[in-house]
Amino acid sequence: MKFVDEYRDRKAVDQVAQEIRRTVTRPWTIMEVCGGQTHTILKSGLEDLLPPEVTLVHGPGCPVCVTPLELIDKAVAIALRPGSILCSFGDMLRVPGSSKSLFDAKAKGADVRIVYSPTDAVKVAREQPAKQVVFFAVGFETTAPGNAMAVWQAAREGLENFSILVAHVLVPPAIEAILSAPACRVQAFLAPGHVCTVVGFEQYEPIAQRYHVPIVVTGFEPLDLLEGTRMAVAQLESGRAEVENQYSRAVTREGNRAAQKVVAEVFEASDRQWRGIGEIPGSGLRLREAYRRFDAEERFALTAAGAVEPAECISGLVLQGLKKPYECPAFAIKCTPERPLGAPMVSSEGACAAYYLYGRHRHGRV
Amino acid sequence: MCLAIPGRITEITEDAEPALRRGKIDFAGVKKEISLAFTPDAVIGDYVLVHAGFALNTVDEDEARKIFEHLEEMAALEEAAGDAP
Repeated sequence: MKFVDEYRDRKAVDQVAQEIRRTVTRPWTIMEVCGGQTHTILKSGLEDLLPPEVTLVHGPGCPVCVTPLELIDKAVAIALRPGSILCSFGDMLRVPGSSKSLFDAKAKGADVRIVYSPTDAVKVAREQPAKQVVFFAVGFETTAPGNAMAVWQAAREGLENFSILVAHVLVPPAIEAILSAPACRVQAFLAPGHVCTVVGFEQYEPIAQRYHVPIVVTGFEPLDLLEGTRMAVAQLESGRAEVENQYSRAVTREGNRAAQKVVAEVFEASDRQWRGIGEIPGSGLRLREAYRRFDAEERFALTAAGAVEPAECISGLVLQGLKKPYECPAFAIKCTPERPLGAPMVSSEGACAAYYLYGRHRHGRV
Repeated sequence: MCLAIPGRITEITEDAEPALRRGKIDFAGVKKEISLAFTPDAVIGDYVLVHAGFALNTVDEDEARKIFEHLEEMAALEEAAGDAP
């Protein structure tokens, strides 16, 4: 596949790894924010190519992992309401709620459907006017334009049986929260390339300046990730703290204005709870007043009913890069992708699932 | 969730409403219809990055080549310095 295969070329990857080994003189800790990047790193064994001085820690960029438990419980409650259809990306279905996952609800007879695109959920609403169709709108800035477009389309067509359960989060406030934590050991960031495809990277410039931390916008293939790491190490070694763009084939400084426009039309920033981390000011999106009638939480007057997290799960520490998944006593013993305690073991972007699938043998746990 | 896959535009359906611009994308043989609302300037033959049914941007071919040109230069420099592996 063009723009994919060449970025997986072993010789090119080795060449960049060699350049990193040649440049590095001191230990550095770098965080890749996005869970998709974490999976590439583990799947391709990129950590084995890096010199021992460079440590990669994994960030909170897994929207499924940071969606609060009470929102999962609300999604389950909607799914179990007679006459409703709950549409979701597939990743959300196995995430455990307080007592049930969406899969459990489906097994009990609820109409839960996996969709590829939020506009597929709009289509379901169009075809099933007697049903209440709810889309579980989970995601970062990458997913927001499509979800905003789905709401805009529903408004345009007057589809009053469509609504969304909003669980949208934003990356820059999360990076600031990580940098402000007293235990923070991250010295540079690989910023998520696809988020920046939409929003560009202007927002990252004040963060790089304020915290004196290099931020490199990075792509998703092995060569992208090593090149992003090389650029971050070069900055750290020379004492620079700038925003650089490794993923220039897809990202511009200003991002995609057409996509930003529809997001700004439909959504506004709001405070947001992150599962395992807590509330981060201004880190979420909610529907604007003009589109509030499409908010499933308001439509169904849902209230959180005392959601309880499993005590053994340390996903909050994993999501902030403070612990590696294999440092959790439950990892691969009580917590597996088949029987997960926390969301990072479920999601295809979760760090725990990545270690379980690709990396756990190296740590002598199994 | 933020995964996006590059594919080539093979067909475009324009609409009076720009938000409803659509196109057929070829992902190495697999074809799918997706929204081109956010790539108003993309033309047939362009590669776009597609996420959840929406093209998020056109892939810039010149920028895509840069890293390989850089790597070739580095290899040539090493060879000239006589310390190539």
